[in-house]
Amino acid sequence: MRYLPLTRADRQAMLSVIGVDHVDALFCDVPRQGWPQGPLDLPDHASEMAVEAALSAFAEGNLNAAQAPFFLGAGAYRHHLPATVSHLIQRSEFLTSYTPYQPEISQGTLQYLFEFQTQVAMITGMEVANASMYDGSTACSEAVLMARRITRRQKAILSGGLHPHYAAVVRTMTAFTDDEIVVAPAVVEGGEELAGLIDRETSCVVVQNPDFFGNPRDLTGLAEAAHAAGALLIVVVTEAVSLGALESPGSMGADIVVGEGQSIGNPMNFGGPYLGLFATRQRFLRQMPGRLCGETVDSQGRRGYVLTLSTREQHIRREKATSNICTNSGLCALAFTIHLALLGEEGFRALATLNHRRAVQLAERLAAVPGVAVLNPAFFNEFTVRLPAPAGPIVEVLAGREILAGVPLSRLYPGQAEFDNLLLVCASEMTGDDDIADLAEALEEIVK
Amino acid sequence: MSDRRFSQDHEWLAVDGDTATVGITDYAQNALGDVVYVELPEVGARFAAHDEVAVVESVKAASEVFTPLGGEIVAVNEALADDPSLVNSAAEKDGWFFQIRLAEPGELDGLMTADQYRSFVEGLD
Amino acid sequence: MTGGEAEFRTITGHRGLDHEEPLIFEQGAVGRSGVDFPPAPEVTERLGGVGRTRPIGLPGLSEPQVMRHFVRLSRKNYAIDSGMYPLGSCTMKHNPRLNEKMAALPGFADIHPLQPESTVQGALAVMEKLAGWLCTLAGMPSVALSPKAGAHGELCGMMAIRKAHEARGNPRSRVLVPESAHGTNPATAALCGYRVDTITAAADGRVDLAALREKMGPDVAAIMLTNPNTCGLFERDIVEIARMIHEAGAYFYCDGANFNAIVGKIRPGDLGIDAMHINLHKTFSTPHGGGGPGSGPVVFSAALAPFAPYPAVVCRDGRYCLVEGPESAGASADSFGRMVAFHGQMGMFVRALAYMMSHGGDGLRQVAEDAVLAANYLLASLKDVMTASFDGPCMHECLFDDRFLKDCGVDTLDFAKAMIDEGFHPMTMYFPLVVHGAMLFEPTESESRESLDELIAALRGLVAAARAGGSEHFSGAPRLTPRRRLDETRAARHPVLRWQAAEGD
Repeated sequence: MRYLPLTRADRQAMLSVIGVDHVDALFCDVPRQGWPQGPLDLPDHASEMAVEAALSAFAEGNLNAAQAPFFLGAGAYRHHLPATVSHLIQRSEFLTSYTPYQPEISQGTLQYLFEFQTQVAMITGMEVANASMYDGSTACSEAVLMARRITRRQKAILSGGLHPHYAAVVRTMTAFTDDEIVVAPAVVEGGEELAGLIDRETSCVVVQNPDFFGNPRDLTGLAEAAHAAGALLIVVVTEAVSLGALESPGSMGADIVVGEGQSIGNPMNFGGPYLGLFATRQRFLRQMPGRLCGETVDSQGRRGYVLTLSTREQHIRREKATSNICTNSGLCALAFTIHLALLGEEGFRALATLNHRRAVQLAERLAAVPGVAVLNPAFFNEFTVRLPAPAGPIVEVLAGREILAGVPLSRLYPGQAEFDNLLLVCASEMTGDDDIADLAEALEEIVK
Repeated sequence: MSDRRFSQDHEWLAVDGDTATVGITDYAQNALGDVVYVELPEVGARFAAHDEVAVVESVKAASEVFTPLGGEIVAVNEALADDPSLVNSAAEKDGWFFQIRLAEPGELDGLMTADQYRSFVEGLD
Repeated sequence: MTGGEAEFRTITGHRGLDHEEPLIFEQGAVGRSGVDFPPAPEVTERLGGVGRTRPIGLPGLSEPQVMRHFVRLSRKNYAIDSGMYPLGSCTMKHNPRLNEKMAALPGFADIHPLQPESTVQGALAVMEKLAGWLCTLAGMPSVALSPKAGAHGELCGMMAIRKAHEARGNPRSRVLVPESAHGTNPATAALCGYRVDTITAAADGRVDLAALREKMGPDVAAIMLTNPNTCGLFERDIVEIARMIHEAGAYFYCDGANFNAIVGKIRPGDLGIDAMHINLHKTFSTPHGGGGPGSGPVVFSAALAPFAPYPAVVCRDGRYCLVEGPESAGASADSFGRMVAFHGQMGMFVRALAYMMSHGGDGLRQVAEDAVLAANYLLASLKDVMTASFDGPCMHECLFDDRFLKDCGVDTLDFAKAMIDEGFHPMTMYFPLVVHGAMLFEPTESESRESLDELIAALRGLVAAARAGGSEHFSGAPRLTPRRRLDETRAARHPVLRWQAAEGD
């Protein structure tokens, strides 16, 4: 078997050094019940050729975004990945290295984490960021727990514009504690008023910007209302590229910014692995979960980097840790760092502008389809349209025609009739004129 | 110094009237290694004897600091925020942690004297 | 060898193939980018008045600069592809590139989690197939694929357990955890609202049954056990432990971090486990990527299966479907809910499945046998010069403590740093906490005998050097690395966690 270097002769020799006849002697502590009756019901080993053929067949059983006009967003986005990114993350020293617990032989990892932390702080307009979390949804729930620790209050208010999966995760993560989670009703066209829900028992207000339906807004007023009541403002960003075109959450008064970084450097991957972004103010540093990379010097006085402030973490604080998190999203964070390094200030702004303007073109063309209304007055690269009939079946019909038309809201709000005719559509720098025309013409035909 | 008291968790108390200044002993700071951060209680907070009141962190470990006696926190050592190394260099002086107004000053008698603490530490090693 | 040799200085500060590389922020220039875009269409923007007004401050670099920057950084990293990582409980096995090739296929990478199910039947089939392999290997009927990492998987298992208790009307209040447990275990229990009660180990390194019996009670919700445990030993009383736990109406959570010792050979389900997370990035070779991403699916017993989280993949009339929430067909009303957005680490599922299919059932059993053989070979070859903490054979990892270094002036840390100059990543240090100066070695099945012999020779040589009184050799190590020992105290006392532009920029 190609991955196993030991030969039969090696095994014999090793058994002899150990002083036993058979490897099963080394499993002597396994009780009788632990030994299966026969071999497990699994196929035998296979060649690389055979595995490749089998898995390629599964891959071909999917309609991928390169094969169809593509308009899905809703928390995972399709962007162009420069070849440099894919190449660099496949380098052995990045792909097959471990957590940088021995910093002398991990300066590569540690330096890019330091760069990543800086990039995340910059684009969110915050003072400090961690070395990433699993994804945006778990980062969001960690932020709610962090706000509870800081304010010592237990009521979190979730905007109705928060991604439904994210809201569900927050509820799950607080189900076994005394927290009260208030979820405001969804306001699809934007203009939600949350200030009235804040009181002196509120630990935090969690608001997504742009919201789940696509609406961007100025959160300064909401930040002031939260702070006046002693609560924190947590801003969630699911489309990291939006930070290239919109005012930063930090400049609007956010105390914690969490987000999904997948858009920068990482493919959609059917839902994972993704990249949780987490940034906050300096004064909340010690309550921040996750790994942190810090600058220091070595014994020769040269600048270097180490994991630091580990005493917040599970391997030291155990049951008093800020979180139980162990891994970060290392390789995805590297991809983000490389992509954003390639983009730079001008490239990132240009990418965001292109995304927005493509979405404007898409919106104008769809608004011209009889019976279709674009509901958002403003948006970044995705928005909600109302179709004259339920969106779910329409999306299925379009899929049959190899057009991936967007996310019907009924997928995320099942059993809620007011969402049935709504469709979330997204454009990116990869959306072509033909794609827009194909979607619009197909819709025109279907809704006739 | 001679009227100081010591706990089995390696805290020292210097009493002035009904208020005690509390820190960790030199033995404790030596065992901890370089102190990087001290998490102090809030002024005004009340604790019972043996409650966890503070946390002292080194690079690789975090240790709880308990109050040997119950009472109300009247002051904390702000200097430790900027310079946690004071705990290492002056554990029994400038590296003090907090001052507590004792609820039961009589409870002091239950703690070790300096001599008793010295014997206690010798017995540990 | 000793201090005092003048370091050869170059003009540039580079040292041959080891380049000093500044931060990207120190190399950026205005007017430069490594990406070209077509011109943006001329349309009226609709950003609602919240368009960005301030610059971000990101540096501008060209593609060649970015390439060189990250290639230079990569060369400062140790990696499995360059050498052995005998890190106990991390299972640093070979990461096959077939897995990478498969995960990068557009049919897996370029699909969106919320596409209509009819367009992603291949992806759902992969998830279902992986689930089948995991269930068969574990000997358990059900698996939740969505947890994003091992610790996340622990949370999944413990939340299902809590939900199961709540369904019976009493959540209970205590979780029992051995003192040798990894820190994630008590952290996870606390997150589920449980108080953690520690069980001491017996002299043989395993759970002390008498101590466990003493801690049992009607308020115990679960035990969290690692098996093989963090000392590399199989808990031989595991069936009795399971019986005691179940008799008390509690559940048995198993931390599957050490599954590599028994995969394909022994099934946790046969031993009485109710829930176990599996680290795909350990046992099933998905790459560690410098710290992540991981993937932590959780296998469940029939008793706990109804409480598992959403989503799950089911096959109905030959079609694969996602059960995404309580309204989905086939959903369990008792599920504890959703613990992450979307479906889990699909990129890792593809890699793990490629690994499983490549090995087959026969190959996976060989993996466990070779892993255990290699660890015992290390133990047998070193126990005369290093102090093994426990008698008898180990499983896939062997534990030593620092007694053999007594009076040498060398501690576990120094010993580890000296290994680095010898070309090895050190073993796991200071864990588990139950022995002093722990050194936990896990070679894995991926090492050839030559490679194991090389490690043995290096360790024997280092022990001899320590005994001979060369403590300076150790305290000054490593010397041959891009950076010498770093000041971690300074990093923690004065945290600098990002680059900052100078005032006035």
